[in-house]
Amino acid sequence: MAIKMIREAILETIDAEMARDESVIMLGEDIVGGNGAPGGPEAIGGIWSTSTGLWAKYGPDRVIDTPISESAIIGAASGAALTGKRAIAEIMFADFIGVCMDQIWNQVAKFRYMFGGKSTCPIVIRMVYGAGFNAAAQHSQSIHAMVTAMPGLKVVMPSTPADAKGLLTQAIRDDDPVIFLEHKALYAVKGDVPDGEYLIPFGHARHVTQGDDITLLATGMMVGFAEKAAKQLAEDGIGCDIIDLRTTSPLDEEAILDSVERTGRLLIVDESPPRCSLATDLSAIVANKAFASLRAPIEMVTAPHTPVPFARELESAYLPSPDKIVTAATRLMSYKRG
Amino acid sequence: MQLSRDALLKAYRQMKTIRAFENRLHDEIALGEIAGFTHLYAGQEACAVGVCEHLGPKDYIISTHRGHGHCIAKGCDVVDMMKELYGSREGLCKGRGGSMHIADVNVGMLGANGIVGAGAPIAVGAGISAKATGHVSIAFSGDGACNQGTTFEAMNMAVVLKVPVIFVYENNHYSEHTGVDYAVGADSILDRAGAFGMKTFRADGTDFFAVYETMREVIEYCRTTKLPAAVELDTERYFGHFEGDPQRYRGPGELDRIREERDCLKTFREKVTEAKLLDGADIDAVDAEVEALIDRAVAEAKAAEKPKPEHVLEDVYISY
Repeated sequence: MAIKMIREAILETIDAEMARDESVIMLGEDIVGGNGAPGGPEAIGGIWSTSTGLWAKYGPDRVIDTPISESAIIGAASGAALTGKRAIAEIMFADFIGVCMDQIWNQVAKFRYMFGGKSTCPIVIRMVYGAGFNAAAQHSQSIHAMVTAMPGLKVVMPSTPADAKGLLTQAIRDDDPVIFLEHKALYAVKGDVPDGEYLIPFGHARHVTQGDDITLLATGMMVGFAEKAAKQLAEDGIGCDIIDLRTTSPLDEEAILDSVERTGRLLIVDESPPRCSLATDLSAIVANKAFASLRAPIEMVTAPHTPVPFARELESAYLPSPDKIVTAATRLMSYKRG
Repeated sequence: MQLSRDALLKAYRQMKTIRAFENRLHDEIALGEIAGFTHLYAGQEACAVGVCEHLGPKDYIISTHRGHGHCIAKGCDVVDMMKELYGSREGLCKGRGGSMHIADVNVGMLGANGIVGAGAPIAVGAGISAKATGHVSIAFSGDGACNQGTTFEAMNMAVVLKVPVIFVYENNHYSEHTGVDYAVGADSILDRAGAFGMKTFRADGTDFFAVYETMREVIEYCRTTKLPAAVELDTERYFGHFEGDPQRYRGPGELDRIREERDCLKTFREKVTEAKLLDGADIDAVDAEVEALIDRAVAEAKAAEKPKPEHVLEDVYISY
């Protein structure tokens, strides 16, 4: 066990998997950086420091620095994956999914189904997402809902360094296409990371804290917000059962329903806008499958139905926060049937 | 280089199989026997066969919505293809792909594709795999797909990454229902491809021998240099963009003229019989053999097992 940042856990996992399996390749914009420039290759080493040193170690045939061409990045990664490689594609900002949506949605997600189960496309599409850096409307979005809605994709959202390692190792070795969402505001978060080989199977949520009053569902940066809120709520004697979903597809329904059946109250924290979202999806599942357990209406703390704004004050207003979670939890606890 | 008698017969058989397959589909679709949207390849056979006769199973191709010809030329099983189009569980894709997604990765055919221009980026990835083993990857595109941004991205990426991808543009003069002179802003598809920094080649796409000899040179170049190239094949589409298209955009007598003057099967027959490489009886025998194959394919497809409702859930994931 060693203390590492999420970005270090990701870099070390890619390194370990590339060393273990020579069919693993990586493609992306500026994952090497400096090619064709006076500074030379590795002048940058990946803008998120999640590929630093890999080009020097594995060479340009395996660590492939691409032009700014998201469709071609996903296409090249999937074409390589259909023909024997394990491809890791990096999309520098998840917002750029708009540029390469066809390759993800109509191609990667559907190959196996359309081809009668005769193809495998082991591709991991790493995407850097989330608000918190005042990067505004096109560099801050949480896009998990749209990819979770696409049959054929698995969707992973780690919130700790240990989970980043365990889930990314699983993603690279998985034979299905995986969308691996890395929150830019979590890259520097530190935590214990297990040494050696460490895999976390998909579809198994992490029980973050135990509590009997409210089930709190969260992913990514929202997990930490939920933990902060839970500490404050504990001072008022309210116990939160925090569940970090880890993967939104597949979804650990059992963990969610077990918890709600125990607490009778559900609060979902979701960084994306509220319509047709992860929050509404989870609400529908619980309303459908655990209706009799609910003692109050389901509460959702989400971003508003707006783009992500720029100014600090506006971005703070946009994002869920521990305070907003506390307010919603208090409302949930005080609900009385009329 | 002179083709052997067997090679000539095989090439002709492949082209004839595509023609008979497509003509039969045209009839069956009109009878309401086949569901969905179908885009037929008849008229363009010399392109698919002239390219694929150079390829082995470790070379990859990716196709378009007009993909049956590429499938047959690359070695997909014709009976299984017909079963697929009839929506059978025994079909090449278990009845889940249909005409626009027909594929067999096991023979290096990475799929027809319902999205115009989607294939070229995927071909670059297959080229990354092919490069390591001395093979090539082919992106078949039409004159419509050549205008998609994905195709531009793929050409630039292939040049930057030095990948042996061959962008084969089959110019049948119509992007769906719009003339190529309108839709391609540049004077030439090939000049535009060349501007990305790759070598370009051109051939008459209605003459098997022109395509075949050009592709010999192109593939040799790409295998040796491991660099991309682009090829434009000038060809003709006999049927509409889709089955049911009344082709009102054609000029008077145009379809009769191209069938008379630009038919790749007729041209092949004339060339090989004039050169006394094959005689008419050899070709007639192939024709009969192919017609019997297509009859059998249709009969088997009609009798083949249909999927059950529960099969809708299969093969979304390997494990979930």
